Amino acid sequence: MKQLVILSGKGGTGKTSVTAAFAHLASQGPLADRILLADADVDAANLELVLQPRRLDTQPFRGGQVAVINEDTCVHCGDCESVCRFDAIIETDGRWTIDPIACDGCAACVYQCPTESIAMQEQTVGECARSDSRYGPLHHAHLYPGQENSGKLVTQVRQRARQHALDEQRELVIVDGPPGIGCPVIAAVSGADLALLVTEPTVSGIHDLRRALQTVQHFGVPALVCINKADVYPDGAREIEAGCAAQGIATVGRIPFDLTVASAMVAGEAVTLYRPDAPASIALSELWERVLPFLLEAPARPHDQMRD
Amino acid sequence: MRIVIASGKGGTGKTTVATSLAQVAAERGAVRFLDCDVEAPNAALFLHPDLETHREVGIRVPRVDAQACTFCGRCAEICQFNAIAVVGKKVLVFDDLCHGCGSCNWNCPEQAISEHLVVTGVIDSGTTPEGIAFAQGVMNVGQTMGVPILRELKKWTPATGDAPPSTSLRASGALEIRDAPPGASCPVVETMRGADFALLVTEPTPFGLHDLKQVAAIAHDLGIPAGVVINRDGIGDDAVGTWCADSGLPILLRIPMERRIAEAIASGRTLVDTVPDQRPGFHDLLERIVAGVNP
Repeated sequence: MKQLVILSGKGGTGKTSVTAAFAHLASQGPLADRILLADADVDAANLELVLQPRRLDTQPFRGGQVAVINEDTCVHCGDCESVCRFDAIIETDGRWTIDPIACDGCAACVYQCPTESIAMQEQTVGECARSDSRYGPLHHAHLYPGQENSGKLVTQVRQRARQHALDEQRELVIVDGPPGIGCPVIAAVSGADLALLVTEPTVSGIHDLRRALQTVQHFGVPALVCINKADVYPDGAREIEAGCAAQGIATVGRIPFDLTVASAMVAGEAVTLYRPDAPASIALSELWERVLPFLLEAPARPHDQMRD
Repeated sequence: MRIVIASGKGGTGKTTVATSLAQVAAERGAVRFLDCDVEAPNAALFLHPDLETHREVGIRVPRVDAQACTFCGRCAEICQFNAIAVVGKKVLVFDDLCHGCGSCNWNCPEQAISEHLVVTGVIDSGTTPEGIAFAQGVMNVGQTMGVPILRELKKWTPATGDAPPSTSLRASGALEIRDAPPGASCPVVETMRGADFALLVTEPTPFGLHDLKQVAAIAHDLGIPAGVVINRDGIGDDAVGTWCADSGLPILLRIPMERRIAEAIASGRTLVDTVPDQRPGFHDLLERIVAGVNP
């Protein structure tokens, strides 16, 4: 079983559109019924919007804890505020409350309170789901707006996806990753067999690709690059290819700017299904054909290396 | 006044809107710009500040004085993040897991713990050619937590030396513009906290709408008034407009989908520099925000 993760650094470069196209294209070839999908962008989970899955199971995700003050025993001394480094303790007219959004869950106030009036309370911060999509099982999640621990939720989605793939002897897990390079990205990439970075030839795309590549390399995952909207700024596309070549990273695809991608999104379909002869669809089919051999050749990794 | 530019979905044009709004605002008064996307900061690529000041930031993690420590295990018991463990006659600290709350330090009965800064990023600051006081947080590659960098960034105030004399006096009452990261989790909340207005940039597609709802919910929970900018207007469908009308969120600006705009922004030019006919729209946007918050 292999795990392919789609990343980008900069957001909005087309990760989810590429993932959906790959899921569709895989269903047309020898991997039909052998793949499984995971949406690791838990605070902006969009893969289900193009896969129209049927939800089979939803589990609450319990994240960190937040402090809660017992009004009955609080003596309004303000000691809690003096130790809080997260500005989470708010005084209004001599009464103290905790802002659950700002609370980091460190419990410093719990230990400081002279009357033991503060306790930690576990929070349900999201949900983890398993669905059936037309291209295979989908593991996805929804972090409630503004919550913490997206990295842990990503790890949970990936662990469930991996276990499910092993149980059903599915050969490939395609992971739609989050933007950025932080906690959820690290959770999405660690232990993967291959990362495909979808970038765009813009000054922002190039800047963020560089940081995303460093992150992927930091965790020892082989990387490939594809350039979306490649014709919008040809100088930028050349800069990306040259930069990647200098590092020995293959640029495996160039997808032209094509508004069919947005229309496919509105239709709720992978662009390669929505209009197979569109320029973007043709380029995506070629990209898939080029990525596949890298996946098949990637050495098997011990899959117990995933981080929390 | 503090305006935060957020979106939920990445790549909808947060930085495009934030940088043009800053340029237009700088024609009328002092502006402070904070690039809060510490994982992928891009505003400097458009505003070209002279980043002459660099300050390392991070979190304060515990170090244990082995001479004073009695290995009682109190620190490990207190830590909510499993960042400290006592194994026999050894205390292990896992810097990556530490949130820097200081609890282990205060609660050590032997006062054997001190706190040391572990650098996780840098705050770069300087001034743009228009005189905008600019700062960005940049998280080091391989780090997981951007929020501590963000908290430091929000405290940044331009030093008098940072800005030319003509603008330094105005800086104290400046309009602050914060360019938020994508998504809808803790870094976005930290960026939005304390802001007076949230400008939500979206695109008229199902992805744009889905993620707009997430970030609008955060603005609502924080009690921050919000308005919407629809970028790439003309692609996708009308669902964003319908949802905004139903939710009482005003659409303050529409930026059309035009290839020349995409090309110019790709090369590092701001929207109002590229398409001067967008300039009045941005002036109007700024006026409506300021009027709406201070009627």
